[in-house]
Amino acid sequence: MKALRDVFGDTLVSLGWSNPNVVVLDADLANSTKADKFAMAYPERFLQMGIAEQNFVGVAVGLASLGFVPWLSTFTVFFTHRAIDPIRMLVAQTHANVKIGAAYSGLLTGLTGKTHQDVQDIAIMRAMPEMTVLAPADAIEGEAMIRWATDFQGPVYLRLARDASPNLFDEKYSFALGKTYLLREGADVLIISTGPQSGRCLKAAELLQGEGISAGVLHVPSIKPVNKEEIVSAAEKAKLVVTVEEHTIYAGLGGLVAEILSEASPRKVVRFGIEDRWGESAPNDYLLDLFQVSPPRLVERIKKLVR
Amino acid sequence: MSNEHDYKELEAHARKARWLAISTVAGSGAGHVGGPFSAMDILVALYFKVMNIKPEEPGWPDRDRFILSKGHSSIGLYSVMALRGFLPVEELKTFDKGNSRLQGHPDVTKLPGLDTSTGSLGQGLSVGLGFALGARMRGQKFHTFVMLGDGELQEGMAWEALHIAPRYKLGNLTAILDWNGLQQFGWVLAVNEQHRGDRRDPWSGVDLRGVFEKLGWRCIEINGHDFSQVVPALESVKASGDSDQPSMIIAHTTKGKGVHFTEGKHEWHSKVATKEELRIIAKELGIEEAVA
Repeated sequence: MKALRDVFGDTLVSLGWSNPNVVVLDADLANSTKADKFAMAYPERFLQMGIAEQNFVGVAVGLASLGFVPWLSTFTVFFTHRAIDPIRMLVAQTHANVKIGAAYSGLLTGLTGKTHQDVQDIAIMRAMPEMTVLAPADAIEGEAMIRWATDFQGPVYLRLARDASPNLFDEKYSFALGKTYLLREGADVLIISTGPQSGRCLKAAELLQGEGISAGVLHVPSIKPVNKEEIVSAAEKAKLVVTVEEHTIYAGLGGLVAEILSEASPRKVVRFGIEDRWGESAPNDYLLDLFQVSPPRLVERIKKLVR
Repeated sequence: MSNEHDYKELEAHARKARWLAISTVAGSGAGHVGGPFSAMDILVALYFKVMNIKPEEPGWPDRDRFILSKGHSSIGLYSVMALRGFLPVEELKTFDKGNSRLQGHPDVTKLPGLDTSTGSLGQGLSVGLGFALGARMRGQKFHTFVMLGDGELQEGMAWEALHIAPRYKLGNLTAILDWNGLQQFGWVLAVNEQHRGDRRDPWSGVDLRGVFEKLGWRCIEINGHDFSQVVPALESVKASGDSDQPSMIIAHTTKGKGVHFTEGKHEWHSKVATKEELRIIAKELGIEEAVA
């Protein structure tokens, strides 16, 4: 179990050694995002761009056109809200080879409150043509995605949680773009999730077993592109589909699943996540309970649905 | 390096390019005129005299880079690139017509020879900063030029790049401010002003040169329509590419420059010339085939 921000810093250091084109651009948060590990290892390829997130997106586009592989690093909210126009016009519209390392995604941002919590980023980025959108569940998947994205030609948005989450995968894991991962089979309900929330859903499924409910868990790390057939096929085997995300229920993972199933295999999809409101400053467990996506709350809510 | 004969040639290119731009906009039924005309002489000097480029090999890695940050002046850039051989002059007719390489705003994914996409204002200098920084890291010797509009400088993102470029000591980066003094709608009327087109320059009273210099830019002020000032200024910043200061050429220009009834008129920001106006324009620019 390792925090995704440490995975980010350590993997970039490893990639920096094997790929001289990797550069990291920081917006003055490197000690939080752990991009500072790269700064220590390769000071000449660590580019401090100051508290100016729009500009650093443009600089990365210039560097990418010269063959560099720029990793941008700051908090999620500053990418998807402050710098979204250069991401749209300069990165996505030109298919620039720029990698967006979105740290502190979702609700669990270390007591920073609603100003720094980004619960809309999946919705925004999946509506962005030419963008690849990824959300790793654990350290192993996170490292695999960072390595994959560095080799991939084109823009990638990587949604990274701040803190550690239990490992769902082992060293045999291999990342494939679009692929979904069935973490657990279950006949009564299929829980579909993404990012570290998938681990919390797996825990809920284990607890549900004790309540006599057979719950499956499908992890969707590739928000875009995604293998639609795998989602349809898994949904068709369950009596009920529930999506869970640490994100607004509008146009995020729940929206994605509902869009797919409504066309390919219409059925009821219940979306758990953040409804039409902002977050607040609080410890992680408090927030997960507040928004009813912690394992105990999920157990209660799913029991009500199934019975 | 330059002489009067060169300037006469450049002036002829600029007249031709102005004709191509305004007649193309007339053919498409929409487009900008004022901004392309204020930028035109600088564009001609860059593409015909100053920049190290190969129209037959637009992706040549060592080419000088140019970014038209004020992307709505695209037709000015396309006209100059056509005359320089990056695309057939005939192709200008496709501007804005659908399935064209000539989009309303420059699209790097469509037209070889462009170095990035622009349109949403205030973003070009950041990409130029990336080119210049990358060139330094790679040991490449090309120069990066970015043309900014004065209205565009109201965008906050432009100031992010303006304060960061000097920190990286990028002498291989030049910004060119096309200071034509007019923007699309403008600010509240001042005393004694009757029409929007009479309005003061939005930056009037602001010592932009002083601001740029305090941020660390080397500034040169020129008349952006006088090739005997434009060309030496561009050649001088290019020659100082190894220096530790980015350059800012502050070009005083006139919106709509080149045709007497478009000069300084805000309504020509984007306007389509009538057939009669085109006849007068062709004559004034000395475009014989069009007059005949």
